[in-house]
Amino acid sequence: MTTLTLDAPRLRTPGTPAQRTRRWLSQNGLYVYTIAAIVYLMLPIAVMIAYSFNRPLGKTNFSWREFSFDAWLHPFAPLGLEDAVAASLRIAFISTLVATILGTLIALGLTRYRFRGQSGTNLFIFLPMATPEIVLGASLLTLFVSLGWARNETTILIAHIMFNISYVVVTVRARISGFDRRLEEAAMDLGATEMVTFWKVTFPLILPGIMAAALLAFSLSIDDFVITNFTAGQTVTLPMYIYGAYRVGVPVQVNVIGTIIFGTAVGAVLLSTLLQRRDRAR
Amino acid sequence: MGALLRRYRSVVPYLLLAPGIAWLFVFYLYPAIQMFITSFWSGSLEQGYTFSLSNWTNYTTALSRYQDQFIRSIFFAGGATILTFLISFPLAYTIAFRGGRYKNLLLFLVVAPFFTSFLLRVISWGTILGDDGLLLGPLKSAGLVGEDVRILATPIAVISGIAYNFLPFMTLPIYVSLEKIDRRLLEAGQDLYATPVSTFRKITLPLALPGMFAGTLLTFIPAMGDYVNAELLGQTPNTKMIGNVIQSRFLAVNDYPTAAALSFILMAGILVAVAVYARILGTEELMNATI
Repeated sequence: MTTLTLDAPRLRTPGTPAQRTRRWLSQNGLYVYTIAAIVYLMLPIAVMIAYSFNRPLGKTNFSWREFSFDAWLHPFAPLGLEDAVAASLRIAFISTLVATILGTLIALGLTRYRFRGQSGTNLFIFLPMATPEIVLGASLLTLFVSLGWARNETTILIAHIMFNISYVVVTVRARISGFDRRLEEAAMDLGATEMVTFWKVTFPLILPGIMAAALLAFSLSIDDFVITNFTAGQTVTLPMYIYGAYRVGVPVQVNVIGTIIFGTAVGAVLLSTLLQRRDRAR
Repeated sequence: MGALLRRYRSVVPYLLLAPGIAWLFVFYLYPAIQMFITSFWSGSLEQGYTFSLSNWTNYTTALSRYQDQFIRSIFFAGGATILTFLISFPLAYTIAFRGGRYKNLLLFLVVAPFFTSFLLRVISWGTILGDDGLLLGPLKSAGLVGEDVRILATPIAVISGIAYNFLPFMTLPIYVSLEKIDRRLLEAGQDLYATPVSTFRKITLPLALPGMFAGTLLTFIPAMGDYVNAELLGQTPNTKMIGNVIQSRFLAVNDYPTAAALSFILMAGILVAVAVYARILGTEELMNATI
């Protein structure tokens, strides 16, 4: 190792042993700090997964008692949990679909054309992401109250599509801006029409960005509590269920479902990484 | 179709934008206006509401009644933002400059908490901080802290909960801005005999500034509006934040005018902060650093 660095142009003087120890500490201190930070980030997830195998004494799943597969074998045993999960999935699917279409169209408009009002539109897209969730939810509530609309699954959908659009635009736009326009020019030079070029060249290239945006929208929707709480009325989604159950004791099954969602999301990311690697290898 | 597209080229971007932007106009902008109108209402849900500009007093009453919660929110959100920064900067720095082949894995671990439900994260955090939880339980049985020591139901629980939940919002923008730094600049600094400390201070830190600004904003904004951490981890009246007041005014007591005035004050304060940031950094830079 030392013989290798002798030839390096940026050779530092080794210094006294005290200085070397200090340098060693300052470098490894950073790694220790990073490991501690990662542990801190992972700890609540580990707790969530571990406590899905708990058999609590009373209704609260706060202290560890004994290992059990009960909750995994009967995930929908608590009353209302199945309906809540179903409502969350329905809302997430539909809001993702609509928001991904609307957002992708905006992203295409913003990146591929120059037009009046462009920077204003950029700012306007940014605003919903910069507004606290509670204000988004509260302002929608005042709208629904003033219009006399009953709050139900439809109003939740409206809200979820609204907050997802900006995230889709931003994600898809990031993908399009790193995109080589010469590929399209090449297709057109070879006689492809504008439409054919779009579907054969542009769309396949931005598809990974669209998929990433859809995944993001789905996870934002299925996890949203604050905005849903303002727009839900009597409808109970999974986060609403968890929040409502907190006072009387969150059933172990909630940890099971949380673990399944976590596993699915991690699996999806791993899968897309593997697919990208395979693409690059080809 | 292609010929048609070419002919009306100038309207194409507007057609692409129209549906999504219309949705945002109707369900983002218009509700905000409606909320502003609501904040000038008087009356009650049973007797109906009347709008009058003279009801601007809603704002002064709301501010004087809930100033404690406003000030507390600023302190809690500010404390959590500082805490996330202290954790995030070294973390982002290590990933960007020392990550090596573990870079992607480390980034994945940073965003992994987002793959679990926000509420479950808060509840897990409550389990960890609980009176006999993972943190206090062993300390108590070892006799290091007294039996009556609590973390749950204190400001520390709320601040650490917020810091935990919004940490990736701080780490990622800082990481992105550090990653973008041209390594040759750092080498040039070293070649010109700058010490590692002054290379860091004069090159790394200024270039990481946009990410630090964006991260601060992305953490502080949701933290200001958060009420879930205060509700589940704080539990007591003296840890209630402004979000708790807005939530209960709207949903528990149907006091729409006061709640709308409070929300509007919160939003206005945050928009001013964003505008100041955008002025310093430029919108494009801010948005790029954000993503």
